Amino acid sequence: MRQVYLDYSATTPVKKEVVDEMLPYFSEKFGNPSSLYDLGQEAAAGVAKARGRVAHLIGADPAEVFFTSCGSEADNWTFFGVTDAQSAKGKHVITSEIEHHAILHSGEYLAKRGVDVTYLPVDHEGRVHPEDLEKAIRPDTVLVSIMLVNNEVGTVQPIKELAAVAHKHGITFHSDAVQGLGNVPIDVNDMGVDLMSFSSHKIYGPKGVGALYIRKGTKISNYLHGGAQESSRRAGTENTAGIVGFGKAAELAEQNLDDHIKKVSGLRDYFIEQVKKNIPDVIVNGTMEGRHPGNANITFKYIEGESILILLNEKGISISTGSACSSKSLAPSHVLTALGIPVELIHGSIRFTVGDFTTKEDLDYTIECLTEIVKHLREISSVNEKKGW
Amino acid sequence: MAMYNDKVMDYFLHPHNVGEIENPDGIGVYGSPVCGDMMQITISVDKEKDVITDAKFKTFGCGSAIASSSMATDMIIGKTIDEALDISNKQIVDELGGLPAIKIHCSVLADHAIKSAIYDYAQKNGKTYKGLEGFDPDDDKDEAPDEDEKTQI
Repeated sequence: MRQVYLDYSATTPVKKEVVDEMLPYFSEKFGNPSSLYDLGQEAAAGVAKARGRVAHLIGADPAEVFFTSCGSEADNWTFFGVTDAQSAKGKHVITSEIEHHAILHSGEYLAKRGVDVTYLPVDHEGRVHPEDLEKAIRPDTVLVSIMLVNNEVGTVQPIKELAAVAHKHGITFHSDAVQGLGNVPIDVNDMGVDLMSFSSHKIYGPKGVGALYIRKGTKISNYLHGGAQESSRRAGTENTAGIVGFGKAAELAEQNLDDHIKKVSGLRDYFIEQVKKNIPDVIVNGTMEGRHPGNANITFKYIEGESILILLNEKGISISTGSACSSKSLAPSHVLTALGIPVELIHGSIRFTVGDFTTKEDLDYTIECLTEIVKHLREISSVNEKKGW
Repeated sequence: MAMYNDKVMDYFLHPHNVGEIENPDGIGVYGSPVCGDMMQITISVDKEKDVITDAKFKTFGCGSAIASSSMATDMIIGKTIDEALDISNKQIVDELGGLPAIKIHCSVLADHAIKSAIYDYAQKNGKTYKGLEGFDPDDDKDEAPDEDEKTQI
């Protein structure tokens, strides 16, 4: 059966060039980068090269890039590290309602320990407004954290404007750019961020590696304590092969950025156009202005997302849904809820993300299957336009 | 799909009794699209023998909601009203070979939709059944009392 992967926002396959560059670091160049002999320094050189590549992709100084185990660790480090280092100034953090759970749950944890957390709303396109941030700022605010690109609807936030508002008040600004890296141009200096989180496995690199960009002079405590790795900022023996892979993936992402955006957004636009043409009663969630190039979040009215997911899976097609029925908590997507989408429409929402290995044939096959599946489920469904919701 | 067993998958992929009976003897609707599941069950009843001769369903919901509706309608066809009222959500789950814990409410929904359809039939025909005592078709709780609670009352 044909296999079509349309969940590139969940994770990506590791590119062959990346695997090739990683392989020697498992059994040949296996030294500990902290060891002084050649074998160790060879591994340290691999890590340094990777740091340079990741830094180059985001326009940073390599000394400002710190490798972590994942994007979530970078987010946690930010929340705990900044509130700890700046506790004398205050105990207030501002973030948004549509952040990844790595941010939201870090905020919830801090809230139990006396930190006030404000969650900024978004408009129906999923955008945070700088004036809302301005209003939420207090004298004791120590951190503002707004994601660069949303993982469900793909909305790109006006990070430069938001960072400027935070800086006007002398507040540290962080952005979770896990979905943004390799999909939108990032320049940490132009954007003016103090901290930014990244993940390797969203850009065709291996899982288990992330990074936190920390602008020089930013007040943030360490999160993982131990050895002197990562300039004594993040302990733990380096995931050498993983870091090398992240570095190669970053290099490829930088080389391919323009082509990637053009190709992926072209396929995504074609997909949305074909869905609208072939399937009645669909709604594209979010906005087409300033969106992740591969993201299409679509509601299929009168049916439920998990049913669609299972039937597409039967056809070899992988996608994800915001439906409550598919989540372990039975709670509908917090992102689509924050956009003001009625819950019955959230239940029928599907996220498709196309990526570098997606072909037009994959999408044509998906449209064909999807058209049948939606028709079939609507025949079974107890709701329709006449019966209302 | 690893989350459902083969039987649930079969009842979801090839559901039995999909549709709507024209001029049904009883109709029951339970749940709402807001909750993520909404089920409609229509039944035909042989009024002299009090036997359910046909049942059809239409469901908005996830794989287990559709599988539960499909199984529940299979289970009541050919049964007397009293026998059908005796069917519990647990029996629906057992017949399906089990559901993930978080999906048990789908079977409750099917159980409630069937009782609602029978309630409608009873109301239209002025009949009373022991199995409908205390049953409220508009009870919008997404959970019926379980077996233990029933015996305690």
